[in-house]
Amino acid sequence: MIPVLLLGDGGLVKTERFRSPRYVGDPINAVRIFNELRADEVVFLDIFATPQGRTVSAEFVRRVGEEADMPFAVGGGVRSVEAVRELLAAGAEKVVLGTVAVEHPSFVAEVAQAFGSSTVVVCLDVKRDLWGRRWVWSRRASRRSIYPPDEFALTMERMGAGELIVHAVEREGTMKGYDLELLRQVSRSVTIPVVALGGAGRMSDFGEAVGKAGATAVAAGSLFVFHGPHRGVLISYPERTELPF
Amino acid sequence: MDRGKTLSLDVTLLDLGSGNLHTVRRKLERLGARVVVTAEPEVVAGADKLVVPGVGHFGAAMAHLRSSGLAEALGRAALEREVPTLGLCLGMQILAEHGEEGGGPGLGWLPGRVVRLRPPDPLRYKVPHMGWNRLSVLRSEALLEGIPSEAEFYFAHSYHWAGADPADVAAETEYGYRFPSVIRRGALMGVQFHPERSHEAGLRLLRNFLSL
Repeated sequence: MIPVLLLGDGGLVKTERFRSPRYVGDPINAVRIFNELRADEVVFLDIFATPQGRTVSAEFVRRVGEEADMPFAVGGGVRSVEAVRELLAAGAEKVVLGTVAVEHPSFVAEVAQAFGSSTVVVCLDVKRDLWGRRWVWSRRASRRSIYPPDEFALTMERMGAGELIVHAVEREGTMKGYDLELLRQVSRSVTIPVVALGGAGRMSDFGEAVGKAGATAVAAGSLFVFHGPHRGVLISYPERTELPF
Repeated sequence: MDRGKTLSLDVTLLDLGSGNLHTVRRKLERLGARVVVTAEPEVVAGADKLVVPGVGHFGAAMAHLRSSGLAEALGRAALEREVPTLGLCLGMQILAEHGEEGGGPGLGWLPGRVVRLRPPDPLRYKVPHMGWNRLSVLRSEALLEGIPSEAEFYFAHSYHWAGADPADVAAETEYGYRFPSVIRRGALMGVQFHPERSHEAGLRLLRNFLSL
């Protein structure tokens, strides 16, 4: 059960389908709360990094690393082996590769060879075209690639990725349930772990993603971190006993 | 090994360039240890207590340990002086005689070899094994004292111990099949998981290690 926290302009933000980010709170405070709530792991994605030509901040990672009692992954504009080295040395267990994996797949192999597959997570941002066919996109889902999700997943496995996050972009923030068909397609294609993201709204969604669609783990953004009535950030996390798997 | 009341809180943490180094250091310091992070053989050889963290490639780690003189220094501390030595993840794996990843010898201080995870149902048990899992504790072990049987630890690995001497295996973990997750023979100890990121169960294990 993995909260995915989006970073923008120094704070946590929430978006819907990659648009209109709204500030929701302080990331380090969120880490402390997730420690107390015994979260399994956390993912931080710097959503403005690629469009701004930056990489997620190593200094930020260091601060998270000092606090976190669980593993965490970071991503956002990671494009070089040096950047990966810096982020892992700063304390992240894993680095999430997005745009670079789609536009330069062999980079994934470079990173896996240098640091080990267990440090490499590739995030597939998936959207459908006008005919309903699913494709992997890059650059915050603004550029369509030539890869269908299952093919790309297999390529990433061959390159040495340790884990895949399959992000159904169109479902993000809708709380209507995961894209089970997409998850099934990808989970069946690879022997590496697949994490579902995009659409979680209820407890039963988690059970479905794992039990019916073969996901190894589930992630959610909007569900865990949301706006309170007085602009405070509210964080929730299910008790072990509440989880349907 | 001195099990008297004097707590030895001076810990030498071996710097093999792995990412979790500072995380491990911070957690040990939080528990009251004075931690020296080093890659110098002389400092390692003279340690009172050793932690060997590790993430990465077995073959590459072994090559580095040999060429740097650290393998020999570790031997002087852990084997000759029998200083309590705890290996984490790859740090545990290098204690073995041989590793499939890179296909070369490990330190060979405990019988066994490190092999790739090959679960019978690869679409159900994905590799790397990434996530939280439990221990089946096989015998009483000071490292695990006070940790409830249903406690979970964070695993992130594609290889595991096999062929260990059963007397060395304190706990196993199941992932399609069972493999040793906690091994110990005297001063030599190893855990397959990451106690530095396993909430309070991990902290408790590190605390138990500090009390040895």
